[in-house]
Amino acid sequence: MIWDIISTGMSTVLDVLPIVVILVGFQFVVIRRMPPNPQRMAVGFLYVLFGLTLFLVGLEQALFPLGRTMASQLTAPEFTGSVEGIINWRDYMWVYVFAFAIGFATTVAEPSLIAVAIKAEEISGGALNATGLRLAVAFGVAVGVSLGAYRIVSGTPLPYYIMAGYVVVIFQTMRASKTIIPLAYDSGGVTTSTVTVPVVAALGLGLASAIPGRSPLIDGFGLIAFASVFPIMSVLGYAMLADNYQKRKKQASTDAAKKQDVEERKSS
Amino acid sequence: MGKSVKKFLMLVVDALRDMLPIVLVIGFFQLVVLQQPFPNLSDVVIGLVFVVLGLALFIRGLEMGLFPIGEAMADALAKKGSLTALLGFAFCLGFGTTAAEPALIAVAAEAADVASIAGAIGKDEESRNSYAFGLRFTVALSVGAALVLGVFRILKGWPIQYLIIGGYILVIVITVFAPEEIVGIAYDSGGVTTSTITVPLVTALGVGLAGAIRGRNPMIDGFGLIAFASLLPMIFVMIYGMVY
Repeated sequence: MIWDIISTGMSTVLDVLPIVVILVGFQFVVIRRMPPNPQRMAVGFLYVLFGLTLFLVGLEQALFPLGRTMASQLTAPEFTGSVEGIINWRDYMWVYVFAFAIGFATTVAEPSLIAVAIKAEEISGGALNATGLRLAVAFGVAVGVSLGAYRIVSGTPLPYYIMAGYVVVIFQTMRASKTIIPLAYDSGGVTTSTVTVPVVAALGLGLASAIPGRSPLIDGFGLIAFASVFPIMSVLGYAMLADNYQKRKKQASTDAAKKQDVEERKSS
Repeated sequence: MGKSVKKFLMLVVDALRDMLPIVLVIGFFQLVVLQQPFPNLSDVVIGLVFVVLGLALFIRGLEMGLFPIGEAMADALAKKGSLTALLGFAFCLGFGTTAAEPALIAVAAEAADVASIAGAIGKDEESRNSYAFGLRFTVALSVGAALVLGVFRILKGWPIQYLIIGGYILVIVITVFAPEEIVGIAYDSGGVTTSTITVPLVTALGVGLAGAIRGRNPMIDGFGLIAFASLLPMIFVMIYGMVY
C-alpha cells in the first residue's frame, strides 16, 4: 500500500516535471518578476500532486480492477448467452446499460471537468451552474459510450458516426448563443481523462475481443472518440434548454407585471 | 485555521458526492447483475477513503496553486507585450506536457502493433519503436501547434466556431484518404492528450489572457484552447499515417 503510494507519486512527479520546468524557466528567463503569493502557489501545487496521487492509488485499489473485470464478464458469451458464431446486438443489452452508467459515473468524478466547471461558473458570475454543466457533459458521455459499444457489436464503421455527430454539432452551433460555444467545444476534450479513459478503454477492448470477427486492435479504439463528440452536443443542448427556460420565466414575469399594471389602472 | 479546516471538510463532502455514482454503478452491477460478492471489501473501503481525500486535496490545490499560476503567467506575458514569448510559452506548454503523457505512450505503443499487423511497417521491435516514437512526437507537436493557434485566436478575437468547424471538415476530408487502421487511433488521440494537470493550467491561461487584453470577453474568448488541443492531433495523426 505504502509502496503503491510512493511509486504512483513518483510517476505523477515525473509527469508534471516538464510542466514545472517550463513554468519555472519562463518565470526566470522571460518574465523575471515574482508572481504575487509564490509560497501559497507552491503549496497549492504540492496539494495537487499529493491529491492526484492519493486519488489514483485509491482508484487502482478500489474501483478500476472491478470495473475492468466487469467489462470482460459482461461481454463474455457465458453471460450474454449468445450462440457461437451468431452476433445478435440484442444479446448485449446489459453492456449498453453498463456503458451508459459507467460513462456517466466516471465523468461526474473527473477532476479536470470539475476544474473547468468551477472556472466557468466563476467567470459567468454564477449564470452558468457548475453542477448543471457537469451533469450535461456526463449525459453526453453516457450516450456516446453506449452508442460506441453498439457500434463495436454491430461492426459499423466509426467515421460515419463521428461525421454524423459533427453535422449535428454544426447545426447546433448555428443556433447556439455565442457565450456557450467555446465552453461546449472544450468539454469534448476534458471529459476523457484520468477516471474515464481506463474503464472505457477496457470496455472497448473487452467487447472487441469477446465478439467474433472484431479485432481488438482495430475495433477496440474509437470509444474515446464517441465520448469526446457527444458532450459537445449535450452541452449545446443544455444551454439551449436553459436559455428557453430563462426567456419563458422572463416572459411570464413581464406578463404578470403587465397584468398587475392593467388591474391597478382599472381600480384607480 | 478553523476556517480552512471547515472549508476542507466541505470539499470532502463534495468529493463524496462526486464519487457516489461510480460506487453505485459498480456495486449494482457486481451484486445485482453479475451476482458476485465484493472481493476484499476492506481494500475497497480503504481505497475509497483515499479517492475522496485525494479529490478534495486536488480541488483545494487547484484553487490555491494551478489556477493562480496559469492566470499570473498569462497576465505577466500579456503585460510584457512580446508575441514571441507568449506564443513560445504556449507551444512549450502544449509540446512539453503531451510528450510525457502516459496515456499517449500507451496509445502509441498499441498503434504501432496495429500498424505492424496491418503490414504498414516491419514486424521487428525496432521499426515498431520508431513508429511509436514518431507518433508521440507528432501528437506533441500538434498540441503545441494547437495552443499557439488557440492563443493567437484569443489575441485576435476570432470567433471559434469557424476555426473548429473548418477543422471538422478537414478531419472528414482526410478520413477519406487516411489508411483505415489509423482512423480509430487518430480519433482517440484527440481525447487522450489533455491530462488532469494540463487542463486547469491551460484553462487558466486562456481565461487569464482574455481577461488581460482589453476588449476580450473571458467567457467568449477565454475558453476554447482545449478544443484546439483535441482537434489538431486527429488531423496530424491521420497525416502521419498517410505519410509513414
